[in-house]
Amino acid sequence: MSIRHGLLALLERGPRYGSQLRTEFESRTGSTWPLNVGQVYTTLSRLERDGMVVQDGEDEAGHSLYAITDSGRVELRSWFENPVDRTSPARDELAIKLAMAVGAPGVDIRDVIQSQRRHTVKAMQDYTRLKAQALTAVEKNGAQERDDIAWLLVLEQLIFQIEAEARWLDHCESRLIRLSSTAPAAGPEPASPGAAAGAAGMGARAGAGAEGAARHRP
Amino acid sequence: MSTQQQPVLRLQNLTRVHGSGATEVHALRGIDLDVHPGELVAVMGPSGSGKSTLLTIAGGLDTPTSGQVFVEGTDVTALGIKGLAALRRRSIGYVFQDYNLIPALTAAENVALPRELDGISARKARTEALAALAEMDLGHLADRFPDEMSGGQQQRVAIARALVGDRRLVLADEPTGALDSETGESVLALLRSRCDAGAAGIMVTHEPRFAAWADRVVFLRDGAVVDQTVRSDAESLLTGRAAQR
Repeated sequence: MSIRHGLLALLERGPRYGSQLRTEFESRTGSTWPLNVGQVYTTLSRLERDGMVVQDGEDEAGHSLYAITDSGRVELRSWFENPVDRTSPARDELAIKLAMAVGAPGVDIRDVIQSQRRHTVKAMQDYTRLKAQALTAVEKNGAQERDDIAWLLVLEQLIFQIEAEARWLDHCESRLIRLSSTAPAAGPEPASPGAAAGAAGMGARAGAGAEGAARHRP
Repeated sequence: MSTQQQPVLRLQNLTRVHGSGATEVHALRGIDLDVHPGELVAVMGPSGSGKSTLLTIAGGLDTPTSGQVFVEGTDVTALGIKGLAALRRRSIGYVFQDYNLIPALTAAENVALPRELDGISARKARTEALAALAEMDLGHLADRFPDEMSGGQQQRVAIARALVGDRRLVLADEPTGALDSETGESVLALLRSRCDAGAAGIMVTHEPRFAAWADRVVFLRDGAVVDQTVRSDAESLLTGRAAQR
């Protein structure tokens, strides 16, 4: 997450001091990624070192003000113009956990999936409630209130991401059920760590449940 | 949501078996579920998990093999055909995926119909229907026929019809299934606001995005409740949690 570019974007609207930048950053993003003042000042001094901001006097209360420079503006333009890199995905704990749960002794991967699903759907409920509030705020304050709109966009991004996770969990479960119903009865130590291991990793209980469901279906 | 109040819908140890012997299918296995006034409950689960069976039994459209269904305190399973028909008509509203408005009637007439069947005068029924539509910001649709309305508008009218009069239990089966995601959302927002105003809703959906509008999400698997989410009351949901990421 680029605090650096976030600060440059706020400074483009005029000189600001550190804690003001922190407040504005958080109201834009609904405190989704809280900053501490220390991070703000560390980032500002790096930006200053790189010639992208300069100290620009003080306000009446004696706060040191920072202003964006031309090279800061060039950097900011280039940030808006270039896509965010998605080719080297961040480590995802859930993906790693499910990968490890495949074939893990004593672990019912269907239970792992379900407990995550409950948590994921719960988080979606929470975000959706916040979204309903944000929508009301946008309707009430009109489209002029930039912070309300920015916060709504951030919330919707969280909802889309978490929805993708919920769908992926459903997909994992149905794939595992399908694999376990087609795989030959695998021993406790499958020879290959491929699909057969995934099926065996379902555990006896989940496997029986899946077969039961298939048999009971009209 | 209040747990002191009597639930509008109570399912007690509900089972439903289709067929017998070798072809026996256990669609529901001992379901317990309460839905209180002000509460919207979403039911999720893979196909064949019993979601639709649960909804049809809750609405008195099918009878359980064992267990009981209480609507507004009345044991539905103990009612005769006539009593059941009256309860279905007076206490329960249905919202289906394909809207099910009567094509030859306007929006207002569709909403008034259940009240006319309740036996009140046509004039009073119309007044109530117009009030119900206005309350849901649908007043401008009152004189439109279903084919003059978009899918989202029809579904909102269907929700008005489901809750007209003193009905306060709405059963919705994939109410957003035929709608694009933004329209689906506005339908959910309406359902949500009707529940906030005191109705009780139970909705079957396979879309987590729509289930997320509910107070509680119940997960079914192989005819049994395997899990559910409980609504948190904290308003500062993001602060703190996000910092842990």
